[in-house]
Amino acid sequence: MKTDVKHWFASGTPWIWLNAAAVAASIVMVVGLLLLIAVRGMGHFWPKDVLEFTLADDQRLLGEIHDQEQVTAERLRAAGFSIEGEREWLTRYLVKTGNRDLTGMDFRWLLETEIRDRRAPPEVIAMERREWGNFYGYLEALQRDGQVVAAGAGAWTALQERLAEALALYERIRDIEKDEIGAINAEVERLRLKARRHQLEGTYTPERQRELQARRAELEARYGVLERQLQGLYRELNRDAVVVRTVDGRTATIPLAKVVRVYRPNAMTASDKLRFYFAKLWEFVSEEPREANTEGGIFPAIFGTVMMVILMSVFVTPFGVVAAVYLHEYARQGTLTRLIRIAVNNLAGVPSIVYGMFGLGFFVYFLGGNIDRLFFPEALPSPTLGTPGLLWASLTLALLTLPVVIVATEEGLSRIPRAVREGSLALGATQAETLWRTVLPMASPAIMTGLILAIARAAGEVAPLMLVGVVKLAPSLPVDGNFPYLHLERKFMHLGFHIYDVGFQSPNVEAARPLVYATALLLVLVIVVLNLTAIYIRNRLREKYRALEH
Amino acid sequence: MPTPTHGFDPAALLQATRDPAAEETCLEVQHLNLFYGEKQALRDISFTIPRRRVTAFIGPSGCGKSTLLRCFNRMNDLVDGVRIEGRILLDGEDIYDRSVNVVELRRRVGMVFQKPNPFPKSIYENVAYGLRIQGVRKRHVLDETVEKALRRAALWDEVKDRLHDNALGLSGGQQQRLVIARAIAVEPEVLLLDEPASALDPISTLKIEELITELKDRYTIVIVTHNMQQAARVSDYTAFLYMGELIEYGDTNTLFTNPARKQTEDYITGRYG
Repeated sequence: MKTDVKHWFASGTPWIWLNAAAVAASIVMVVGLLLLIAVRGMGHFWPKDVLEFTLADDQRLLGEIHDQEQVTAERLRAAGFSIEGEREWLTRYLVKTGNRDLTGMDFRWLLETEIRDRRAPPEVIAMERREWGNFYGYLEALQRDGQVVAAGAGAWTALQERLAEALALYERIRDIEKDEIGAINAEVERLRLKARRHQLEGTYTPERQRELQARRAELEARYGVLERQLQGLYRELNRDAVVVRTVDGRTATIPLAKVVRVYRPNAMTASDKLRFYFAKLWEFVSEEPREANTEGGIFPAIFGTVMMVILMSVFVTPFGVVAAVYLHEYARQGTLTRLIRIAVNNLAGVPSIVYGMFGLGFFVYFLGGNIDRLFFPEALPSPTLGTPGLLWASLTLALLTLPVVIVATEEGLSRIPRAVREGSLALGATQAETLWRTVLPMASPAIMTGLILAIARAAGEVAPLMLVGVVKLAPSLPVDGNFPYLHLERKFMHLGFHIYDVGFQSPNVEAARPLVYATALLLVLVIVVLNLTAIYIRNRLREKYRALEH
Repeated sequence: MPTPTHGFDPAALLQATRDPAAEETCLEVQHLNLFYGEKQALRDISFTIPRRRVTAFIGPSGCGKSTLLRCFNRMNDLVDGVRIEGRILLDGEDIYDRSVNVVELRRRVGMVFQKPNPFPKSIYENVAYGLRIQGVRKRHVLDETVEKALRRAALWDEVKDRLHDNALGLSGGQQQRLVIARAIAVEPEVLLLDEPASALDPISTLKIEELITELKDRYTIVIVTHNMQQAARVSDYTAFLYMGELIEYGDTNTLFTNPARKQTEDYITGRYG
């Protein structure tokens, strides 16, 4: 028997099982994690039924069940509830009741014993608003200029039409405010800076002043036209309002300008719900956030993350490759290069927040501050580059991921057969020509491997970014239609920070929790997409520069 | 066109013994010593290599024949800790002189290595590599030179329809001829071949040997080989090296049929090595 066990150990079978178990555990964990965030996050966009609860004290309540949990009767008794009977466990529901403007809260816990009856009346409407969260209630009438234009059964169809118009108007207003007025504002600011610059340099001649003032007046005229147009649009938009009634009988008038979407969840068919689901999903990835990031979309965060990672790649690749080439090809190998290698490897282990500190101290305050003094004196005291922004965040992350790129590139360089280098040198190429024409192209798959690792690390970093450029809500994207189109000095939003902000800094934690999962899933997806792109490029390069296989 | 002569030619045996010193000199080695750090790899070597002949270096592994070959295009410069004493004259000029441009030297002295080492580029780009480095950009010049080099390397007919395919798709023998084409595309005077056929099958080896015989009309060829039959077949002169010393150097036929030194005889009869 003893020899059997010994034999079994010697055969290697236990190690195979051990290894297989470790791999299986890893796969289960990864899949489990993805499934968890996918289910929690993606479920959020599915329209839930809005239930009308009749409570034990005859109070009525309207809302959707958000969550439920089991609580012990003992705990409830200790909390002051009077629980009759011998039951040990009770179910408690978290109900989203909305109507924050009327009741002051939009979530409420309901104990199963409190609920006498619940039903799902088909005429219930749920309304997403730009302010105050959702409204749940019943549609009464549609008003125009304070006059009822539709009531009762016809009100729903009329509301749909009016709302579509109102949304189009809203879109138009936003376009004017953001793009056209934004462009004028950018131009006015540029004129102001130009004037200031001339004043500083002492070349602010009267002619110049007149010229600038003329252009300013012209811009103001254009602004006046737009403003009148806007006023017209606003008047038009504010004419419509919808009269609604809450479940406890109060009525409210909500201007259509404040409404994003109205639906009747209990009357929706499965295909309606599916359409609604994808509309919400699309809104999530393509729109800007509303209501302190707890509603709407996260497009600016996706854009900021991708933008930052791309910029980081642009900075880190040449820098890392050049450093690795010098270390591996030119520097004489000795104690010094060994020390440098150790230092580089250790840099990879420095906590990322330390890089954030360095970025803030060196890039933002020192470099940015000096650049401002030298090149943008006219804008002072308000900083141009001397403040956290996209450029500094990308540079900080480039620094953070530099060791990875250097190590991977060196690895790639050392794998290139000596024969190939000698072949090139023997043809009369210098070392530099050999590097550019043969060695670096052959090492490019390894460089890409380094970049893939760098992207994986950089896209997930949050801590250093909080110091050097990420904000919870950026007023504008780093890319827009105003010269110079790419605004590296702007602050930006980032998915990782968004998760933190929505999950922990939000005024409405219950409402935001599913969004945390959805955002996390999206962050993972963004990183996967960025990585797959890099892997695809690497495989293409590998195919092209297949190493000598002899 | 020269007629390819390969295999053992009995008529050649009857020829009078030739003396390399009597021919026009291409390379002249004078008291060459080479050290890898403390270890001496070549000891006081002096001889001359005649122009437009094939000279073979034979000897057991580690005898220094490849090291000697790599002195002619200064490839040994790339090895850390190498020290060279003595002189090597190419057309009467010392290639180890300070004023010599190594890049220019390597253009005049081409080299083919033991393993085929094409670049991971197209066949065309491999052959054009040396020209591009010299700054040749004109398409027609490149086209002509590439074709000429490939024809001389007896590879043109096999690859003319796929010039822009990756060179790594060629067979080993084709790759080696491609590398030879790459070397002769820059019109060198000397062609150094470092065991060019040792990684190839017999048929490819035969092709390479035929090619060497054809090329010797234009180039001074120096070949290092492990294979004594190959040395006997392709070379006019043979040098036998042993433990870093030049033991015997002379006409190939004489060296193989009537060696002057006991060590040479022991080696070629297979008593060691």
